[in-house]
Amino acid sequence: MAPVASPCTDPVVLDMWHPISAVAEIKPGRVHTTQLLGSPVSYTLDGDGRPVVWRADPALRPGMPVDAARITERLPVIDRFCFVWTSYGDPPDRLFSIPEFDESDRRTFAAASIGVHTSAPRAVENFLDMGHFPYVHTGILGVEPHTEVVEYDVDITDDNEVVATRCLFYQPLAALAATKGQMTEYTYRVPHPYVAMLYKTAPPDPSRLDAIAIFLQAVTEEQIVAHNFLCMVDHTNTDSELKIFQQKIFGQDKPIIENQMPRRLPLAPRAETPIRADKSSITYRRWLADLGITYGVIPEAA
Amino acid sequence: MTWHPVASSADLTYRTTYHAQILGRELVAWRADDDAVNLWENRCLHRGSRLTLGINDGAELMCRYHGWRYANRTAGCTYIPAHPADAPARSVCNRTYPVAERYGLVWGSVEPQDSGQAGPPALDLLEAGDPTPLRPIVVNAPPAKVADALAGYRFQPSAAVTQRPGAAADWRSYRSPEGGWDVATVERDELRVTLRAADGDDETHLVAWVQPVDAHRSVIRGVLDARPPAPARLAVLRHHNHLLSRLRDRVEEQAALEPVPEPIQVEIVPVSVELSGMPELGAGRRAPLRVRVARKWSAAADVAGFELEPVGSPLPGFQAGAHIDLHLPNGLVRQYSLTNGPGESDCYRIGVKLEPESSGGSVCLHETVREGDVLAISAPRNNFTLSRASERTVLLAGGIGITPLLSMAQTLRQSGLAFEMHAFVRDRRFLPFGELVTSFGDAAVEHQGLSPQQTAEEIGRILGEHTLSAQLYVCGPAPMIEATIQVADELGWPEESVHFEYFANPTEIDDSTAFDVALARSGLTLRVEPAQTVLQALRAHDIDMPSSCEQGACGTCLASVLEGEILHQDVYLSRSERAAGDRMLTCVSRATSDRLVLDL
Repeated sequence: MAPVASPCTDPVVLDMWHPISAVAEIKPGRVHTTQLLGSPVSYTLDGDGRPVVWRADPALRPGMPVDAARITERLPVIDRFCFVWTSYGDPPDRLFSIPEFDESDRRTFAAASIGVHTSAPRAVENFLDMGHFPYVHTGILGVEPHTEVVEYDVDITDDNEVVATRCLFYQPLAALAATKGQMTEYTYRVPHPYVAMLYKTAPPDPSRLDAIAIFLQAVTEEQIVAHNFLCMVDHTNTDSELKIFQQKIFGQDKPIIENQMPRRLPLAPRAETPIRADKSSITYRRWLADLGITYGVIPEAA
Repeated sequence: MTWHPVASSADLTYRTTYHAQILGRELVAWRADDDAVNLWENRCLHRGSRLTLGINDGAELMCRYHGWRYANRTAGCTYIPAHPADAPARSVCNRTYPVAERYGLVWGSVEPQDSGQAGPPALDLLEAGDPTPLRPIVVNAPPAKVADALAGYRFQPSAAVTQRPGAAADWRSYRSPEGGWDVATVERDELRVTLRAADGDDETHLVAWVQPVDAHRSVIRGVLDARPPAPARLAVLRHHNHLLSRLRDRVEEQAALEPVPEPIQVEIVPVSVELSGMPELGAGRRAPLRVRVARKWSAAADVAGFELEPVGSPLPGFQAGAHIDLHLPNGLVRQYSLTNGPGESDCYRIGVKLEPESSGGSVCLHETVREGDVLAISAPRNNFTLSRASERTVLLAGGIGITPLLSMAQTLRQSGLAFEMHAFVRDRRFLPFGELVTSFGDAAVEHQGLSPQQTAEEIGRILGEHTLSAQLYVCGPAPMIEATIQVADELGWPEESVHFEYFANPTEIDDSTAFDVALARSGLTLRVEPAQTVLQALRAHDIDMPSSCEQGACGTCLASVLEGEILHQDVYLSRSERAAGDRMLTCVSRATSDRLVLDL
């Protein structure tokens, strides 16, 4: 029996942008409702295809037709990277950047939005983690005995993002376009407390990198929707094939991260046992603490 | 200390895990192949994953997330696959809880272990007969309320369930005969109820415990005092299952009318401070190669053979007599000689003797490391080189000391050169790699069960007078090597024809002195403090010096000495090499002068 979620009061999180839906999933002129940070929120597309978001009104139930022009009490909104982003507070002028999104020959699309019973930071950490590949994504992203996580670099950039580079891992089938095992190099990026991205060699063109992101919608502190976003160089596989591959990978992660206890990410160093492979997660946890985030985490006792 | 039943013994089936819970605390219960039952915190210490998702392989429980393995009984972490090389030499150990099996149930306690209590208190009623557990009944209600309801539970004596006409079909009902069954609540403890149902001499006792899962969740775990005879057993079990299910429905209906209590918040005990930081990168001894244990087998009564195949890049070549450093999952580094013959480059083969009294290297390899594991090793080094330019080659092996000599013997055989191998063992069962030794035919002789004195005499007979260019190679326990060196000396074997390799340095190392070390080529002077080795002082100044055993036995950290008096504490250099005073092993040897000048 999950306790009834109380609305978020974390000022840092309230002021952030949050993803709520893939733009392609929205029926223009119809009410859609979801939950964000413990409060219901509604959205639609106006006549020009622009998203409109408002705090849910019991009179406007999901599926009902709505004239967006009559919604006056609107929440801030951005249509970016195939998703609608909103905020309950005073969000920054711009969302983080994904320069690859603007490369004209890339295929960019929303791959899946999947509910997961865990906190957003737990899902970010799992996304940054290579050590689980041979055990959770066996035969695809990793395989025994190639279990070693070699030393890599983690930094916090001038733009205040966590970036991990030189991340090498042996992968039997790193991407759908891969045909044989290879050492794959990853770059990981956390440009937003609830967003994680990775860049990895695109099998058809080793000089370029596929970019894959998860945008996490914190439904409550311990319940999220993971929105998968792809920005691919692959021109062989169909959108559907790429989506299915991404869903398969995420479907393997879901039962694992739903069984991490506690669900909120503990920031106290003595809560869990890090090893060198967890360098990026240690940096991420400290970075969250420095940002003053309290929603979806267990802050270190003062 | 309060014990609660958490499972039926039959729930812990072969190589499964079972989710148990006491007062809000999640536990993983699992049975190892040796029948030991484990009851642990249901969290992997690494990232909090539930271990009930893990894999019980009969000896260890492996976390499903990152493959960490925890040992049967101790819950000590034995393997971290992400770091085969610089795995921290730290003791990661999951939290265990007191556990016992009694009356067909598994019992646990979330209170600290009380040394006097190995299990729940014995009940005379259940000790005598053949106690039979009932099917557990889960109830969504507070444990105390469930126990209250149980005190009013009424049932038929086991015999009566089936003895009446048509009774086999009548297990659904509790039907009292004229005058009623003699049913009574014999005893009521907080979460335990003892009931009796009698029909004249026909009497059945039921002891029922309420497992307090959480504030609003309970499990009724009943045990009958006797096992109903086979044809009736199913009917009796159904009888109780049916009646207890009805009791459950009544209790849940009642509980639904009252506010649901908050779940019990349990505290997760923090890990120790040493474990909370990220371990530093291992410095010093390098282990650039990764190998997978392709095969592990019994190479003698107390020796495990390991076949190590490459992961990633191919294995480098080696010479007869070479050894590798093996970095173990428990953080120790150990040296093992390769037993391979020439040209066998697809894998390395080593033999590891079990030394239960040692600091845990061989125990880890025997008990923890298994086929499929990845280990980090150094490239092979050879400080025990074989000369092929002699007319007579004698190979003397004591026990596991045969390993480098096996490689030499195969090399000599391959080259068509004669050799004499003598293996000294307690008895045949303790001869490592016996099949390989047998393959040498008459060239290999076994000597069994000799005392040290007899061994020395036998070695004297084997060696005889030294003949031109004859070479002797000896590897075994320290007393045997010392005896061999002495016997060879007495028989006139020149020192340079006697080659030896110690497994370990038996010398007690004096590290109490302080002195300066000047490095001629680097133009640097370092201070070596007491309790610090020359090797450590060099590394502290970022001077690269290879090392392996770090106890003065293998010879890897040899340095040339240009000036100064050396306190030799190794077992690698020969007497004349020591006397020459122009080289030292930097891992153990020191200065007797105030200053040493090394050619570094």
